[in-house]
Amino acid sequence: MTAQRMAFPEAMRGSAVSPQAAQAPILSLDAFRPYRCRVAGRQQENDDTFTVELTPVGARRHAAFAPGQFNMLYIFGVGEIPISISGDPAEPDRLLHTTRAVGVVTRAMAKLREGDVIGVRGPFGTHWPLEALQGKDIVIVAGGIGLAPLRPALYYLVAHRKDYERVVLLYGARTPEDLLYRSELERWRARFDLEVYVTVDRATGDWRGNVGVVTTLIPRAPFEPRNAAALICGPEIMMRYAVQALQKRGVDATQTWLSLERNMKCGVAMCGHCQLGPHIVCRDGPVFRMDQIEHFFGRGEV
Amino acid sequence: MGAYELDGSPYALERAALQELLDVLRAHGYTTVGPQIEHGAIVYDELHRIEELPIGWTDVQEGGSYRLERRNDDALFGYNVGPHSWKRFLSPPLRLLWRARKTEDGFEFVVDEEPPPRYAFIGVRACELHAIQQLDAIYMAGAATDKDYQRRREALFIVAVNCGKAGNTCFCASLGTGPGVGPGYDIALTELLDGEHRFVAVAGSVRGAEILETIPHRSATDADIALAEATIAQAARRMGRSLETAGLKELLYRNIDHPRWEAVAQRCLTCGACTMVCPTCFCFSIEDATDLSGQVAERWRRFDSCFTLAFSFISSGSVRTSAKARYRQWLMHKLAAWQDQFGAIGCVGCGRCITWCPVGIDITAEAAALRAEESGQLQPEPAAV
Repeated sequence: MTAQRMAFPEAMRGSAVSPQAAQAPILSLDAFRPYRCRVAGRQQENDDTFTVELTPVGARRHAAFAPGQFNMLYIFGVGEIPISISGDPAEPDRLLHTTRAVGVVTRAMAKLREGDVIGVRGPFGTHWPLEALQGKDIVIVAGGIGLAPLRPALYYLVAHRKDYERVVLLYGARTPEDLLYRSELERWRARFDLEVYVTVDRATGDWRGNVGVVTTLIPRAPFEPRNAAALICGPEIMMRYAVQALQKRGVDATQTWLSLERNMKCGVAMCGHCQLGPHIVCRDGPVFRMDQIEHFFGRGEV
Repeated sequence: MGAYELDGSPYALERAALQELLDVLRAHGYTTVGPQIEHGAIVYDELHRIEELPIGWTDVQEGGSYRLERRNDDALFGYNVGPHSWKRFLSPPLRLLWRARKTEDGFEFVVDEEPPPRYAFIGVRACELHAIQQLDAIYMAGAATDKDYQRRREALFIVAVNCGKAGNTCFCASLGTGPGVGPGYDIALTELLDGEHRFVAVAGSVRGAEILETIPHRSATDADIALAEATIAQAARRMGRSLETAGLKELLYRNIDHPRWEAVAQRCLTCGACTMVCPTCFCFSIEDATDLSGQVAERWRRFDSCFTLAFSFISSGSVRTSAKARYRQWLMHKLAAWQDQFGAIGCVGCGRCITWCPVGIDITAEAAALRAEESGQLQPEPAAV
């Protein structure tokens, strides 16, 4: 679009056919058609959050996924939403999604029972770059349901534990009742090679643990900032403060990754909904390295 | 069919030959679509006869204003662009993606694929051809392909028209997207009104050349070609507006928090008209629904606009609630982020968003104001109280 194209004889020649039209890649499946999956299991995590295990109907198998990727989940006739994968990347056949019932589709999902069939498209998006972080201290900062897209990373780290230095999980929830994956957290905390710190905004019942937002755990967490990489997921405001607290400890933006939430309709970088400045979150994200989005992330209403 | 050498030498067509062009295209199975007057505006609709074109009419456009006026000749293409753009034929505003029926195993897709329409667009302007190529990049060049768009696009025959006049809201010359058409057409016409009413025609593709051969023509003279060139050059000089593109992306990215956004938001109604008339605005929503029995579900794809609150809605609410944020998203996407996403500015300079904005907000003026204020030439416009 740079050259001024009005000199007439040049304009008159033209090319045989639009170059874009000639070399378009063709997907073998229709990008907007989900494949069918049966609910093989359902686990209530807390009051409004649940995990479903999905098994493909028929001969089809789930594609392998990387920690941090998401699927579009479709409820027959109700709608479709992006939900991150919360299971173990070493077991792609056990597809797990943890969802909080907040909207029309997720409330319909909350009513799913074993044997029900839903639609799946994916996996989509970028992942936590765990292979590239070998030899580092890994600091995982999760807020609320933000733990769900980080659980596959934890599974991976536990499975490849010798490849990393310290592995630290800092997890915050609103109340003790809101904590996800409680028995798993307790199992991880019992391990000598994992550092697990949990905090709640508001203590209820017999809670005797930390109280305060998750970012308050960062200053005293046991990691070596110069050799640390941080993986963050939670509400945008929490991620902003987490980035600040990490930077104060000396973990800079090039060693900080976050998973962003945006409205998504297509999952294939066509519908325009999930933009963040120049980034198309379903394609360039949801996992971004902080320095790549610094100029746009956390600025009001971008 | 042997190898066909493109004939670089243009033809001259009499006016009557254009009807033959329509007839030949229809005989080849194309649905011919072209400009015509409806409800006081020039829109695109199925075109059977040359007489249906807005003969002897022109459009007078300004910010927030559009009206038709009589010309003092019988020009067939003596106007610029109206509220329609070709995207409504290539990517219809509402499209069924699939239909599924409830079954024992959940659901199954009901196959009722229709062959894609074979359109021949008559009167595609230079800016509009660029807009179609922008849509190609978005819908066909990524990791996934919009197959319905692709099928319509591959079947498409384009008869382009070089602009002989420029509107007050036109600025394609400053973007290099017009007024002379670039590559990608099948046949390009230039209407000559001095002396005998005639058209200079050139083929841009093999099938364009084959079609041209079948209609009455003579070789264009040097005088014909010179006049055609002069006509386009004159249109380029008469653009009502311009947009400075140097450093535009960086300018906008630097000024995310500029007070100018607040000022324009005081006028913006967030109606989304600019996104509906824009020939490159491509955003769509996906809507799922069932019939009353709940046994049949459909997925529809519908034009969407970044000016709605629903557009950015996530679990915690809409990301862009203020008018300022939504206008800024539209303009920054169009002129800046688009360059990062698709390798070109997302604006082709057609001026529709200026003309059809109910309050006449001008994308070129907004970009120019940021540039001027940054270089200290003007004070920021005070926000209305």
